[in-house]
Amino acid sequence: MRNFIVSVFVIIFLSSLLQPFLPWYIVAAVAFVTGYFIKQSPLSAFAAGFVAIFLLWISYAFVLSHANNDLLARKVATLLPMGGHVSLLLLVTGIIGGLVSGLSALTGRFAAAL
Amino acid sequence: MNYFKFIFSLLITIALIVVLNSQLGVAPPFAKFLNPYQGFWQNAENAKTWKDDEAHVPGLKDEVKVYFDKRLVPHVFAKNDQDLYFMQGYITAKYRLWQMEIQTHSAAGRISEIIGEKTIDVDRMQRRIGLGYGAETAQDYIAKDPASKQLIDAYCDGVNAYIKTLKPKDYPVEYKLLDYQPEAWNPLKVALLLKNMANMLSVFEYDIENTNFIAKYGEQNFRELYPDFIDAEDPIIPIGTPWNVTPMDSTNHSQMQAGNAGVIRNELFANALTKPDEITGSNNWAVSGSKTKSGKPILCNDPHLKLSLPSIWYEMQLVSPNMNVYGATLPGSPAVIIGFNDSISWGVTNGGRDVRDWYKIKFKDALRNEYEYNGQWLKAEKKVERYKVRGKPDVLDTVIYTRFGIVVFDQNFGTADSKKNLAMRWTAHLPSNEFKTFYQLNCGKNYDDYINALKNYTCPAQNFVFASRSGDIAIKQQGRFPLRDKATEQGKFVSNGTTDKDEWKGYIPAADNPTIKNPERGFVSSANQHPTDSTYPYYYPGLGVYENYRNRRINKLLTEGKDIDADFMKKMQTDNYNLLASEALPVLLLLLNKSDLNDHEKKIVDALSKWDYYNNAGEVSPVYFDIWWNELRKLLWDEMMDKNVPMKQPSFYVTVAFLKHDSTSQFYDNLSTPNKKETRADIVLMAFKRIEDTLRKKEFTEVNEPYENDDNYKKDDLRTHDWGSYKDTKISHLAMIDPFSSMHVCNGGNIGIINATNTTNGPSWRMIVDEGAMKAYIVFPGGESGNPGSAYYDNMVNTWAKGQYYEADFIKQGDELEAKKLFVSTFKP
Repeated sequence: MRNFIVSVFVIIFLSSLLQPFLPWYIVAAVAFVTGYFIKQSPLSAFAAGFVAIFLLWISYAFVLSHANNDLLARKVATLLPMGGHVSLLLLVTGIIGGLVSGLSALTGRFAAAL
Repeated sequence: MNYFKFIFSLLITIALIVVLNSQLGVAPPFAKFLNPYQGFWQNAENAKTWKDDEAHVPGLKDEVKVYFDKRLVPHVFAKNDQDLYFMQGYITAKYRLWQMEIQTHSAAGRISEIIGEKTIDVDRMQRRIGLGYGAETAQDYIAKDPASKQLIDAYCDGVNAYIKTLKPKDYPVEYKLLDYQPEAWNPLKVALLLKNMANMLSVFEYDIENTNFIAKYGEQNFRELYPDFIDAEDPIIPIGTPWNVTPMDSTNHSQMQAGNAGVIRNELFANALTKPDEITGSNNWAVSGSKTKSGKPILCNDPHLKLSLPSIWYEMQLVSPNMNVYGATLPGSPAVIIGFNDSISWGVTNGGRDVRDWYKIKFKDALRNEYEYNGQWLKAEKKVERYKVRGKPDVLDTVIYTRFGIVVFDQNFGTADSKKNLAMRWTAHLPSNEFKTFYQLNCGKNYDDYINALKNYTCPAQNFVFASRSGDIAIKQQGRFPLRDKATEQGKFVSNGTTDKDEWKGYIPAADNPTIKNPERGFVSSANQHPTDSTYPYYYPGLGVYENYRNRRINKLLTEGKDIDADFMKKMQTDNYNLLASEALPVLLLLLNKSDLNDHEKKIVDALSKWDYYNNAGEVSPVYFDIWWNELRKLLWDEMMDKNVPMKQPSFYVTVAFLKHDSTSQFYDNLSTPNKKETRADIVLMAFKRIEDTLRKKEFTEVNEPYENDDNYKKDDLRTHDWGSYKDTKISHLAMIDPFSSMHVCNGGNIGIINATNTTNGPSWRMIVDEGAMKAYIVFPGGESGNPGSAYYDNMVNTWAKGQYYEADFIKQGDELEAKKLFVSTFKP
């Protein structure tokens, strides 16, 4: 459990540091490295990767959109189409980032077991 | 086993990343688009904080300050003209980059680079009508004028300086949706923007349509349905104004006897360029001090275009030691296009004169290397156009240039009989420098400066209205117009490209273009009507492309007006009086056989009889009239709707006169009912019977009252649909993205009405300049920002729809704006 929490924090910390300068898929590299070096079960590694980016992307997107009164998010949530529901758009954003990060962490965990 | 798990997991992860980073059909690359660090969330403009900022911009000579007012209108203060245009480019790019670029990509025939193969024929059309060719010609010509070149270069440098500051996260949201990147700006793109305008505005020729009609229905019908002038003509230059013009000789002196006559009148053509079928037009007018409260002129302009977002115009004030000018700028192009400075004001409406002609080219053989001209074979110039297509190999298209222009339709392009080689000659291909005109207007001080500025303006021809603080008013139609021989009606029909008989022989000198200064009646005006009456010494095809309703309404109101002030003008620009209906409806009601109507239909007749002819948003009668009128035209002019033989419908004015005076014409018979011969009364009734059906079928959207599901709806309820909901004006995003569009804008107006707003077109800019009070009132359907994630994207739409205005902050010093600014940006070299 302790390693799970540490992993989540490490991924959040490194990703938020690197993402402003690098393409979005840098989160995959961060999660992979974290999964490789921090010992935990495969399930825990995946969950840590998923939760970290899920939370990070949703919270940052929320902050940006909140300051915008959700003006743009509502339009995009109509376009994609999600019936204009910003919460759904946030959820999808989180899941997409979470999945990539979770799978990368899992791959890192499997690489460590080689 | 461990290897297997690792490889499996690795492959899935990589596949997922690749999928989420790629465009899938029309969908954006999901993770790229949705991640909050680079994706669209970054475009969500912070609505709460506006802070002054400062930046160093390499390329500037001196400090420039930009004051943004409460509507985000930039007021640019520079210490020299080069810095001024540099910063105009920089700021425009900051708020409108995607719009600028997509419009030039479109004009250059490069949309397929972004969209893919489905737009390839759209791109080919743009290059075959020579928009890129025209832009290159203009660019080469401008390069010969160092002063113009320097300022245009400065503008481009400014745009590029801004683009250099961008990281992918900063790209406008449309780049992220369509997954591509902005490229550098250049003078060719500036020229392309003007050609894009020319392609919207100088397209009113009907050579192919006219030839088709006269070949099919004969000379007499053609003269009746497409007269050069009508009896109610109310031209820009008032009837009876003497001409101080010694015309150039435009008679055809061709020595060529061989071959056919120049004009083709006995052949059908399957291809013509599509034209806007419902033209809303533009208005401008200026009244002299004799008619105003202040004793000084007032100038008004509302150019009507297909409405779009980001807004067509970008409002700006530009100040240097050389000028202080305010008005509408065209994003991507330097200077103010419509506006005012501390001495003069000006505005434009479209001239609409026929400035392009079609020639049938005869090639020697299938190789198409030579074509016949005056009994000789001339060499054809071939150019291979290369199109990059997203996700596909390049497409090549050979285009042939002749002395009669580019061969638009040929064996490789067009349908059906496209083996007929049709070349198009167009003034948009002539060397020209329209920037210089606008620059000189921007710095202009008086009438002489205005006339001098217009001198070289070429295309698209405009009616430039003018007023000065010193009290002059004037109007002039300016463009380059080919000399046309009246005897052969040169330019009205397709011509033979085998001789010089119908070739352009020269151009009307700018000094001879229709103009009037300080007329006795105390006002000048234009609304896309005929520039002159039939006594103008130069011939030009008339043909019912000209407006017959807004002009008469405007001139009536201005003639009656006394003690005119800005409020009078506001009421006038938003006037919804339907002059067409006032002339057409009595005729229709007279011709309607009322014994065949049910109770509900009788109530419609009753409502129409009581109507005061105002197309206000809350009225129902305009809906009934609109449907009746449109359905009747469909039934009456079905002969002209043949898809294989393009023809033009007669004008509204001619249609009313025809219904009134011609009781037995062959055109009343509907072609879709071969066993029945309809009469005038039959089709008037048939069209009327369609009113109810049309209303029932029309889908009403959520903000409007649903028709069939409305519990309160009873068959005899006449209050169900108001004009505003029925017309349902939409200001569409340039990429047709509905959530980025302004939908269901509720207002009045229509074609032929001063407030010429229909479903898609309308006043793209309303401006009133009161030279006495030194005040200007402005509104446009959109906002200053091009970002759909900004509160300033469409914040003026409702004000515009309600017919209200903003007073422009026309300032001399930046600090005058201190109390009512959003923020100030300071730029240093």
